[in-house]
Amino acid sequence: MFKKILIANRGEIACRVIKTARKMGIKTVAVYSEADKRALHVEMADEAVHIGPAAASESYLVIEKIIAACKETGAEAVHPGYGFLSENAKFAAALKEAKIAFIGPNPRAIEVMGDKIASKKFARDAHVSIVPGFLGEIETPEEAVKIADEIGYPVMIKASAGGGGKGMRIALSHDEVADGFVSARNEAVSSFGDDRVFIEKFIVNPRHIEIQVMGDKHGNVVYLGERECSIQRRNQKVIEEAPSPLLDEETRREMGEQAVELARAVDYDTAGTVEFVVGQDKSFYFLEMNTRLQVEHPVTELITGVDLVEQMIRSAAGEKLALKQEEIKLNGWAVESRIYAEDPYRNFMPSTGRLVRYQPPAEKSDNGLTIRNDTGVYEGGEISIYYDPMIAKLCTHGPDRASAISHMSDALDQFYIEGIGHNVPFLSAIMNHERWQSGNLSTSFIDDEFPDGFEGGNRCGGITNKLAVVGAFLDHVENSRRRQISGQMSGKKVIFDDQRVVNIGDDWIGAAVQPENGKMVHVVLDDGKMQTLEGAWQAGVPVWNGKINGDKVSVQIRRALNGYVLSYRGVEEVVRVYTAREAELAKLMPVKIPPDTSKTLLCPMPGLVVSIDVAEGDTVEVGQKLAVVEAMKMENVLRAERQAVVAAINAKQGESLAVDAVIMEFE
Amino acid sequence: MQTILDELEQRREVARLGGGQRRIDAQHKKGKLTARERISLFLDEGSFEEFDMFVEHRCTDFGMENSKIPGDGVVTGWGTVNGRTVYLFAKDFTVFGGSLSETHAKKIMKIQDMALRNRAPVIGLFDAGGARIQEGVAALGGYGEVFLRNTMASGVIPQISLIMGPCAGGDVYSPAMTDFIFMVRDTSYMFVTGPDVVKTVTNEEVTAEDLGGASVHTVKSSIADGAYDNDVELLLQMRRFMDFLPSSNVAEAPVLPNTDDPARLEMSLDTLIPDNPNQPYDMKELIHKVVDDGDFFELQEKFAGNIITGFARLEGKSVGIIANQPLVLAGVLDSDASRKAARFVRFCDCFSIPVVTFVDVPGFLPGTAQEYGGLIKHGAKLLFAYAEATVPKVTLITRKAYGGAYDVMSSKHIRGDVNYAWPSAEIAVMGAKGAVEIIFRKDIGDDDKIAEHTKSYEDNFLSPFVAAERGYIDEVILPHNTRNRISRALNMLANKTVENPWKKHDNIPL
Repeated sequence: MFKKILIANRGEIACRVIKTARKMGIKTVAVYSEADKRALHVEMADEAVHIGPAAASESYLVIEKIIAACKETGAEAVHPGYGFLSENAKFAAALKEAKIAFIGPNPRAIEVMGDKIASKKFARDAHVSIVPGFLGEIETPEEAVKIADEIGYPVMIKASAGGGGKGMRIALSHDEVADGFVSARNEAVSSFGDDRVFIEKFIVNPRHIEIQVMGDKHGNVVYLGERECSIQRRNQKVIEEAPSPLLDEETRREMGEQAVELARAVDYDTAGTVEFVVGQDKSFYFLEMNTRLQVEHPVTELITGVDLVEQMIRSAAGEKLALKQEEIKLNGWAVESRIYAEDPYRNFMPSTGRLVRYQPPAEKSDNGLTIRNDTGVYEGGEISIYYDPMIAKLCTHGPDRASAISHMSDALDQFYIEGIGHNVPFLSAIMNHERWQSGNLSTSFIDDEFPDGFEGGNRCGGITNKLAVVGAFLDHVENSRRRQISGQMSGKKVIFDDQRVVNIGDDWIGAAVQPENGKMVHVVLDDGKMQTLEGAWQAGVPVWNGKINGDKVSVQIRRALNGYVLSYRGVEEVVRVYTAREAELAKLMPVKIPPDTSKTLLCPMPGLVVSIDVAEGDTVEVGQKLAVVEAMKMENVLRAERQAVVAAINAKQGESLAVDAVIMEFE
Repeated sequence: MQTILDELEQRREVARLGGGQRRIDAQHKKGKLTARERISLFLDEGSFEEFDMFVEHRCTDFGMENSKIPGDGVVTGWGTVNGRTVYLFAKDFTVFGGSLSETHAKKIMKIQDMALRNRAPVIGLFDAGGARIQEGVAALGGYGEVFLRNTMASGVIPQISLIMGPCAGGDVYSPAMTDFIFMVRDTSYMFVTGPDVVKTVTNEEVTAEDLGGASVHTVKSSIADGAYDNDVELLLQMRRFMDFLPSSNVAEAPVLPNTDDPARLEMSLDTLIPDNPNQPYDMKELIHKVVDDGDFFELQEKFAGNIITGFARLEGKSVGIIANQPLVLAGVLDSDASRKAARFVRFCDCFSIPVVTFVDVPGFLPGTAQEYGGLIKHGAKLLFAYAEATVPKVTLITRKAYGGAYDVMSSKHIRGDVNYAWPSAEIAVMGAKGAVEIIFRKDIGDDDKIAEHTKSYEDNFLSPFVAAERGYIDEVILPHNTRNRISRALNMLANKTVENPWKKHDNIPL
């Protein structure tokens, strides 16, 4: 076994690999760029080597620098994680030459599977189901109809040179093929100057399901069940689970066996993933093979109990696979939510900056429920602009799908992040979405269910009531303390009215607060039902972890003027708790319309323009960097406050501006 | 007897209606509450005791003798805020537009006198049309006497003014002499002369909002210390505000039972200072992570953002926080920032509220605008305020403390009691580049030599240790332990006793 390995990656995956290596008694070496000096993986590793500037192309992607770092530290093997050099055949070959083990597949497997056409051919030869179609040139509409009839409907007629939906037609039946063929070909000619079109089966409402395989250098390959990754946004996976709610035992076995066949065909000798596109009728077709550890591997680990990184290391060291196919059992259900540094309310714009607060739920396992959080960041760390915006993978495991999902909902409620925009509310909203809960998924789930983007979770009556009683609880705790302020006039103590009115949005809800003791409070809302809250909350604590009528509930708390911003189940609302008199008068207050943001970007301080980052005519998104102004040797990034089109740019780089000088104008 | 009781109740009812339902409705329509509604929000429920409810004016000119309304345009009395006594007067816009008559002024004076005698804060709620012109010089006299009382009470009891409607002419000077002014956005304004007079005299066209709205006074003039969206928001925040203030200069600041661990560690503060010395960071994060419950009541947030002032608590006790803000103008001291902080330090000193100062200051802002604007004397105000203050003063240098600004920011030399520095502190006359170019002027042009000198300057002078070796810094502390260290320092200083030499009063460079 290796004594020391180097992890040629950063972020959560580097931390993840280090954890397993440490468990196996292997020393670890981290590499880091200029931007990652203070990163968590550097802290966690036994040694760390600085490998260059922030840009990945000058650091994490430079093969020579990784090899030099191995030599410098005496690392015997390299784990590449995912991304960066993980599927780079040249890297695998260079390591081989330098006599450093690669904790990944042989270079040939990488090369073959990295090529879309070659991999399909390989798959076909290995008897793996591929999308039925005709890859040759089709000359006439009649020929097209014939081929389409053979494939079965619906079919997709596609320009070989196509892209962006141009030169693409879908024929649902025999009658639509001829016309579709003609118009696809015409469009292909006019758009790409290339009239070749091909036909393949069109999978309606496809799902994305993938098989985890694991091989060794002795010809053994097993599959470890599947993962479903249908919840995607712009081809980026957001939520994954294992197993898939669609598959039955038979389909699983068929897919697994085909995946193993394919892996064998390339002498696959580590962890890998065979991706399939799957129809709602459980028909499945090979998409591609990823010759690396996948981001979403933890869900497989949770249901199989296998540490894939450990298996990869053992296999790379030449050990025989200790896993037998018949011993691999899928146990329970696991769900993974990817926490991204992106603002769901602003069209998922990436968000960077300092993690002022970062308090994930505690990792633990009890009563058959597990929370696992793979993360590469920490409170006080920096989310830089240079790398992937994923900051954590929150996973839960339970005996069945429903329990894994409800556990995830609870865990997301506790996940407290401040300083950057993040998608936790969006993930929460999906967890509480009926269609997700029913398992009726497809890769268009997010487009179908959130066609206009995300504006916060759906505040149904149940959630409103929970927010109201928690608001009343917080208010009660703070009020009880205020009653004890020093310096009060002697005589009868001031009594606070326990009859409160909770204001959430347009709702005004009466709440009679009846304290039982310091930690238990009964609240009767307008519906007359008594709700009992228990929780040891004190002012300043960001999450209320308590029980409502015996059920565990976590609600996030941020301060607002005379109230709280409470977050629960993806719903974020300002909650204010008033006395009856205050509520009566608060209702008289006019609703203020936020002022129209000006159509100009003004220089906020006297300073020097370091850069103008947009051009005239550009459409800028909310939060997008517009310009950088340096004042007192400090660089200040000016960002767009709303979506707009840049009409004119009045300042140029290097120019000194006075305060309120117009830098640019918007349409 | 019963008839007298009935009459009392009936007269009270009439008085409580002020200018009548029509005017009350009009007030609501403008998004404003009436004087009595405001009082009911600000004070503990049921605690208000009204004085002089039946007072009427005595004017007999211009037909005024036929128009009398009990209360005469101002509601006065006392009550409690979280059990603590306060005196207040609230202009009643529904009665003669809240205008000030001789008797109206007398009602206010009575409250001011009682507050001063009994050592409790006075809060004035303004929503009025100025002097009652029909009363002429009698109204002016009334103003003068109110002003005198404001002056006499200054530094003895806290005085707070809430501008909740028009406040013009003679009305503005009473708030101006109080400790804090808060406004309501869009429905309040204050100016000495209104838009009409401005137009006549200077031919300048300006709206009331642009002349004296909250957007002017919280951003440009710094007359107001804060503004809120509506009456309810303001009054409830004022209840929160009162909890920070002592009742007088001989009373202790109120203490809330503390539930936040004074030794709470904040590991993330270890990375607050960026690697790059030219990158700003948000000083408010430090404040929020150090004070009890993360609860900070900021004053003058929108004005001179390069310095932060406000109240917070440590172990339940009020402290005044002053901090340079690297996010705005790199935290430089300019005239506005100096004046803003100086006034705040003096308030804290008047009322025995300890001062905690967080320092990251690159110096004073250079330039003709600043020098012509009197930066020397404005900067001196802050220096003076810190130097004369006898309250406990705890200072923490997080990063830069350059030049004269180092001395100003509650340094050891001007009686800082406990002066801490983070390991990232750089206490020096100036930054490396400027210093090297002066000391090694002959080497300018020789990049290698300059780089060498710069490195050597950085290594030798840009650290807390040069100052610590001289005892100018008492201790270099770890960022994550800041709350613990400052809390302990303040506890240690609880019995601090220092007296300045006897003087009639000092002569701060106004």
